[in-house]
Amino acid sequence: MDAHSIAAPPAGAGRSLHRFANPGQFLRLSGAVLPWVSAGALVLTGIGLIWGLFFAPADWQQGDAVRIMYIHVPAAWLASAGYMGLAVCSVLSLVWRHPLADLAAAEIGPVGAGFTALCLATGSLWGKPMWGAWWVWDARLTSVLVLFFLYLGHVALVRAFDDPVRGYRAGAILALIGVVNLPIIKFSVDWWNTLHQPDTITLTGAPSMYLGMLWPLAFSTLGYSLAFAAIVLARTRAAVMERRIRGLLMTRASSQEPVA
Amino acid sequence: MNHLPYIAASYALGILVPVGFALSAWLRLGAARRRLAAIDPRAKGPGASQRTRQGAGSRARREATP
Repeated sequence: MDAHSIAAPPAGAGRSLHRFANPGQFLRLSGAVLPWVSAGALVLTGIGLIWGLFFAPADWQQGDAVRIMYIHVPAAWLASAGYMGLAVCSVLSLVWRHPLADLAAAEIGPVGAGFTALCLATGSLWGKPMWGAWWVWDARLTSVLVLFFLYLGHVALVRAFDDPVRGYRAGAILALIGVVNLPIIKFSVDWWNTLHQPDTITLTGAPSMYLGMLWPLAFSTLGYSLAFAAIVLARTRAAVMERRIRGLLMTRASSQEPVA
Repeated sequence: MNHLPYIAASYALGILVPVGFALSAWLRLGAARRRLAAIDPRAKGPGASQRTRQGAGSRARREATP
């Protein structure tokens, strides 16, 4: 569906969602929010990484290698959270035909794949000195690798059709099928006996981590999350503008065509 | 065992990946904004309306005028 072709918004929840589907309104809103999100990302990530690298204590077992955690954990969190965002956009696209959801999903895909690759690479760099291996076919590692392939599949599928709408629909279906992998990633360390350590931070229990490590990790995670949001916002803004450019050029070309 | 190379490589990747994405998004956004301002006189954005009035927009209007 074209971002300009919003004829009659559907009733109920769809109507409230379509309020934000207006490309002009999205550009205005995201233009106002983007500088603040970007500045927050820069400041919080900077604080988190400098704190984690220079001031946080070393682990009594792992030594300084534990500092890789301040990159690896935010990347792992964003790999899963990004995919959840992709799935939400896919629902909005398939159920309510939300015009911006298609564009947002297409822009989340490459960024999510990048952060998943970062998670896998930093995990590997952490695994080599700790486990003595760059890679093991552990349940957690393998399920994150599957997530990476799901992202790549989505990126490829969205661009595989001449008709972009068909690409968006196919990508949305793949994204929704892939959601089943998220609980597998989360609970893989509980369901199977893995080399990867179990969760240190849970929603229900107190964190089993020293506060001097937890704070820089919180800053780093929040900063990277804002960076992810800023990147996706900027890419979606660009995609909306590019779609508008294509629409204007097509309108101009069709108005200049001689009538037979 | 010295873990410094692993830590340095992780931090380098942790900075390069988001900065790369941010830079490409910023360049793409700038290009789209300039192109839109050039073909759509109503295009709004930081500086876009001014550019539209002064340069590309008036050129687009001249092209559109028979």
